[in-house]
Formats: sequence, structure tokens, C-alpha cells
Amino acid sequence: MRNILTIAGRELRAIFASPIAYVVMTGFLLLGGWFFFNLLARFNLLVSMYSSFQGGAEAMERLNVNEFVIGPLFHNLSVVLLIIVPMITMRSFAEEKRAGTYELLLTSPIATWEIVVGKFLGVVSFIALMIGLTSVYGIILSLYGNPELGIMLAGYLGLLLLGITFVAIGLFASSLTENQIIAAVTGLVMLLLLFVIAWPADSAGPTIGAVLRYVSVTEHFADMIRGVIDTSTLVYFATMIVGWLFLTQRSVESIRWR
Amino acid sequence: MIEVHELTKRYGDREAVKRISFSAARGQVLGFLGPNGAGKTTTMRMLTGFLPPSSGTARIAGFDIFSQSAEVRRRIGYLPENPPLYLDMTVRSYLTFVARLKGIERGRVRSACEDVIERTGLGNVAGRLLAHLSKGYKQRAGLAQALIHDPEVLVLDEPTIGLDPRQIIEIRQLIKTLAGNRTVILSTHILPEVAQVCDKVVIINEGRIVCEDTIANLTRTATLEEVFLRYITADSAAAEDVAHGPGSAAEL
Repeated sequence: MRNILTIAGRELRAIFASPIAYVVMTGFLLLGGWFFFNLLARFNLLVSMYSSFQGGAEAMERLNVNEFVIGPLFHNLSVVLLIIVPMITMRSFAEEKRAGTYELLLTSPIATWEIVVGKFLGVVSFIALMIGLTSVYGIILSLYGNPELGIMLAGYLGLLLLGITFVAIGLFASSLTENQIIAAVTGLVMLLLLFVIAWPADSAGPTIGAVLRYVSVTEHFADMIRGVIDTSTLVYFATMIVGWLFLTQRSVESIRWR
Repeated sequence: MIEVHELTKRYGDREAVKRISFSAARGQVLGFLGPNGAGKTTTMRMLTGFLPPSSGTARIAGFDIFSQSAEVRRRIGYLPENPPLYLDMTVRSYLTFVARLKGIERGRVRSACEDVIERTGLGNVAGRLLAHLSKGYKQRAGLAQALIHDPEVLVLDEPTIGLDPRQIIEIRQLIKTLAGNRTVILSTHILPEVAQVCDKVVIINEGRIVCEDTIANLTRTATLEEVFLRYITADSAAAEDVAHGPGSAAEL
């Protein structure tokens, strides 16, 4: 455990030692604020339009802040995460290989899975902090309106699980190369594929279609935003995270059997 | 302390290290000599557990480098050719990180760091970023990293490469004082360095060991340069003969 924390601490420090962390975090929060503001403004407009209609009161019932502001906000943030997580994970292994510190790690009395899990926890704490900072939006909504807290928290959990899954995949991409750009592009392509892999689901026949839908991250994420947390979704995320970390460990270890 | 037996490393079809065997006793400083590309770094990487051997074995402090890799890594300090430094850290925080990585107990991390900082003469730069240090100090930090867990075996890959003459002398002095009852393997292609620092010499050429002897024996009749050149050229000529036969050699 101590070895893992040592690596995690080093990883987190490395993220904050480079300007990337601040740029990424600022960008994420800036975009998040922009989405939030615009979604809220649109919601406001709808409310004032409906209330001026005859019989608008009925339609007003269906306007709900969870569905019109929080849901779309999470969807937008998930796309931003898709793009920036590979930019944070790209250096994790690639940079160690380039700088030669990889030799220090691999010749230390510490297991490769400890290195992988340590780096994973380091990046995950950064992502969690970043996502955590967006909770101001939720707080603002709760102060001035009454969103359903349960649904909002489920959405946050979904966003966090999504981000953690992305980190595991990004780490795998970084472990394949010593070139950070290649690591970032590989990670981005893998994440995009995961997003759109269910596109042919409708035409692919019932069995393959169902498999594709289960593999794709989008449906599970959409469920959680709607406030549905079912076991198959949790199993999905757990499998993804553990699976990609396992592959990363194999990839790091592969230097020993090449 | 170190026993290498028929160690071989193949990259695809190419054999970088071919069935080498040598040994070093406790307290010995062994100079690992050879031209560039002879297989020095590959051998060191195998000994330190960074790369697995293709065949053959080696034991360090009685532990097998392959099957008991963790035990070996606990007992070995390794300075690769490029010191493995995190340039965004200060000397002290870097060494603290390495100390934890090497499994030094929580309570002793601080004293181990201060101790190694003093021994390697890093005291007046301990609070500075590694990125801002001169090459000589970076090399010292690399040595400090290798020494921090007080290993029984030190493996140094070209520790003086790229330094200015004054720094070279300082690092050599340092290595001599650090040796103590440790076993040190030091690779280099600078011959005077070997004569000054080492007790024993292993010469490697094109992946094979062509000579293993003490400095005293080797330099009895000739200088180390002459000995080195004799072994390297004799070996290369022999290899040439085997590869091409006398006929094709004449055509060249």
C-alpha cells in the first residue's frame, strides 16, 4: 500500500508541477461554466415563454431543471473529459521512458502492478478534484431552485466513473509508447471509439446490437444521468477499469518478456 | 557476491550478449570495459532486473536475478547511463521519493536522505530543482539515488561520461570512498579510470568476454591501453576470420 501511495503522490505532484494541470483545469471549468450558463439561460427563456402562454401552467409542469440543465451539462462535460483525459495521462508512462526514470521504477523493489495502480490513483485524484470543482453549479442550482438531489448525485457518480474509466484507458495508451503525442492520440481514438461503438447497434442484429450497446460507455452514462444506477452499469464500469488496468500492467511487464 | 554464468541476451536474431561468465567478490571494484556497443549496458540492465536474460543465470548476494528479482533489486543500487532524475523535483524531495520507493522504513527515510546528501556532497544544492543543477551535480544526485538504501552491490553505467575533468576526478574520488565493503561494477571505456578506481577488470567485446583479471596482473608487463587494444583487436580479428574466412578477408 505504501508503495502505491508513494507512486500516486509522485504522479499527482508531477501533474501539478507541469503547467498542463492548470491549463486543463482552467479549460475544463471555463467550458463547464459556459455550458452551465447557456443551459440555464435557455431554461429561463423556456420558463418565461411557457408562463406567458395560455394553459402554459400544464407545460410548465414538464419543465424540470434536472432534465433541462443538469443532464445536458453532464453530457457536455463528458465530451470535454473525453478530450482532456488523454492529455493528462499521456505523460504517465511515456515521459518516464523518455526521461530514463522508467529504469529507476523498474529496478526498484516494487511490483509493476503497484506502479500501475499508483499512477492510476494519482491521475484519478486529479480528475476527481476537477470534477468536484464543478459542484458549484449544483450548489447554485440548489440555492435558487429545487433540483432533485438524488438524480444529480447519480449523475456526478456517472461522470466520475466515466472519468476514471477514461484514465484507465489513457494509462494503457501511455504505456505503449515513449512518445507523449502518440500516447495522447491513441488514447483519444480509443475513447472516441468507446463512445460511438454502439452506432451500428440497430442494424447489426439483436445479439451483436445488444453486445455493442453494453460495451459502449454512452448508454451506461446516460442511465446514470437519468438517475438510474443499476448493477449492470456498476459491473460495466468496474470491469472496464480493472480490465484496462490489467492490460496496462501487462504492457509495462512486457519489457520483461520481449 | 556477483556470479554471472553463461548470461545471454538476444534481441530478435541479434545476440547482444553471448554466454558471458564472470564474478566479483565482496568489496571488489570491478571495471567493466569495452568499446561502445559491446554489451555493457545490456549486461548491467540484466543484473539490475530491468531486462530479463534470454538464457543463463546470475546470482547477486546469493539471489537469482530472474526468479528472486525483488530480493536482488532490494540489494542493488543502479545508476543508469542517464541518471534517472525527475527534473521537476528538488534534490531532497527526489531522494525522499526514491527512499520510499526502495522500501526504507518510514522513520528512517529522513535520516537516509540527509546521510546520502552529505556523503555525495549535495548539501548546498539540496533545496534546488534538479532541472537547474549542473551535469556534475546531476550525476551526484544519480549516485545518491543508487546509494540511498545502502545496497550491497552498486552498478554504475559510465558514471563519468560527459563530465568536465574536475568533475570526473570528484566522481572517481566519490566512487572510491563509497566502495567500502560494497561490490561495485563500473562500466566505462575510459582506461585510466579503471586503473585508478578498480581492482579487477572484465573486458567485453562484441558481446563476449575476452579477458577477466586483476589490474595488478594485467599491468605487470604492459600498460592497460596496450592490454585493452591487444584483446579487442585479437578478438575482432578472430571473429573476422570465423565470419569470412581468410579468402574474403584478403578481398577487403
